[in-house]
Amino acid sequence: MSPTVAAASRAEVCAVACAELFRGDGEIVAAAVAGFVPMLGSRLARATFAPDLLTTDGGPVLSAEPAPLGASAAVAEGWLPFRDHLWLVLNGRRHVVMGPSQIDPYGTMNISAIGDWERPTRQLLGSRGAPGNTRLNPTSYWVPRHSTRVFTEKVDFASGVGWDRGAREIRAVVTNLCVFDFATPDHRMRLRTVHPGVRVDDVLAATGFEPVVPDEVPETRVPTAEELRIMREVLDPKGLRDREVPA
Amino acid sequence: MTTTAGPGKVMSIDEVVGSLADGMTVGIGGWGSRRKPMALVRAICRSPLRDLTVVSYGGPDVGLLCAAGKVRRLVTAFATLDSIPLEPHFRAARQDGAIELTEYDEGMFMFGLYAAAHGLPFLPTPAGLGSDVLRVNPSLRTVRSPYGDEELVAVPALRLDVALVHMNRADARGNAQYLGPDPYMDDLFVKAAGASYVSCERLVDTSDLLKEGPLQSLLISRAHVAGVVETPNGAHFTDCEPDHRRDEAFQRLYAKAAADPGAWAAFAERFLSGDETAYQDAVRAFREESPR
Repeated sequence: MSPTVAAASRAEVCAVACAELFRGDGEIVAAAVAGFVPMLGSRLARATFAPDLLTTDGGPVLSAEPAPLGASAAVAEGWLPFRDHLWLVLNGRRHVVMGPSQIDPYGTMNISAIGDWERPTRQLLGSRGAPGNTRLNPTSYWVPRHSTRVFTEKVDFASGVGWDRGAREIRAVVTNLCVFDFATPDHRMRLRTVHPGVRVDDVLAATGFEPVVPDEVPETRVPTAEELRIMREVLDPKGLRDREVPA
Repeated sequence: MTTTAGPGKVMSIDEVVGSLADGMTVGIGGWGSRRKPMALVRAICRSPLRDLTVVSYGGPDVGLLCAAGKVRRLVTAFATLDSIPLEPHFRAARQDGAIELTEYDEGMFMFGLYAAAHGLPFLPTPAGLGSDVLRVNPSLRTVRSPYGDEELVAVPALRLDVALVHMNRADARGNAQYLGPDPYMDDLFVKAAGASYVSCERLVDTSDLLKEGPLQSLLISRAHVAGVVETPNGAHFTDCEPDHRRDEAFQRLYAKAAADPGAWAAFAERFLSGDETAYQDAVRAFREESPR
């Protein structure tokens, strides 16, 4: 019999959903820059079902083993300074997870500015690597606070391109409520799973456009006992994941 | 004769800034809030220089220059403090319409530097296609591959009048070394510029350069350097591993003050009203009164 394990938190469900983004990716760099949860997810994937993934310690070090969040790599297996990240974007052996401030039904996203770009009401980061990432690398998104402000019919600025603007592959969007994919004939966003305790209506109320909703929407896979152990004891003992996604 | 003999290029901070002129295009090395030539940036803020075009993977260098009203146009892919995502002065400058912006993708930006560093008019890349980066930069052109049918963005050379970079070590001739984990694009900035100035944590004899790092840590050659200036803790408050890490407490103070005009006036009075020595003294005093 397996020992009793405290039920998975929402953040842990999200981290496993982020890990699933990398299933089948093989020997590529997981660039999960959007936050603690996708970073944890990429390292969890590597520690379990995707051992060939390359992951960093959050800096330019490719770690020999998945590094705990916030820790330096105990052993380095490679070096990936910013310039090589940018070359790797062109090379393609990279799957990036970014955090959109706005995202539209086809996965076009904005991290540049809210309002008119010429004189924004809210200046954000700037485009960063989003134009190249989305054009050239498989790209997924992490949204820790799912809301109608993030999921918008139109974005104010197309920093990253979606399926309708020549993206290589927008794979999925993991949020604190659900997982979307784009497995529809025209690559419109589709509700793939809802997290345990979330209703489809909760998702629709927090989404500023109508995603495709299948008749049956399954629940997001919950972490296994081993995945929970790895997250809690090895990769994130400080619980940074729960700061990003309140229970 | 020692190995440091020859025409030295050692300058003072004020001499470096005094060699700049209004309207110049100034490239600034580092990345975000990492290894920025902040002592030189602070000196530009104190100077009468104006109407600069600043080319930078932006951090608090961009913020301070915006706050001081030195920037006419910014060329960048982002401005961030890294551990604090958004740069408050950059945000305010954009929201007030105080600066013009050329917004590129990070890779496009690197190719612009790369082209300029190698004397090429442009470099082609697929990055940017389909995005609004092309919409807001209508002067950007695309090219078709002469070997196929692909359409690519022709990123124009990002030629700089001057580049400013901060390195861990340098010698008096301008050879410069990084000892941290990432060279950023500093060698490209230097090669893309008509004149480059290196500030460094410590000036050392040429014969001592390899005592602290391997041969390949000698990132910048004197062939590209017009002047070198020793500025201990000169990247403060940005990260400058291994000499000093980012001063997170000070950065929080900066970001909090920058978001509020009244608080900013007090911050500027306390830290930015004097020269670099006064700045470093004020930072030491801040550290002593706020133990970590």
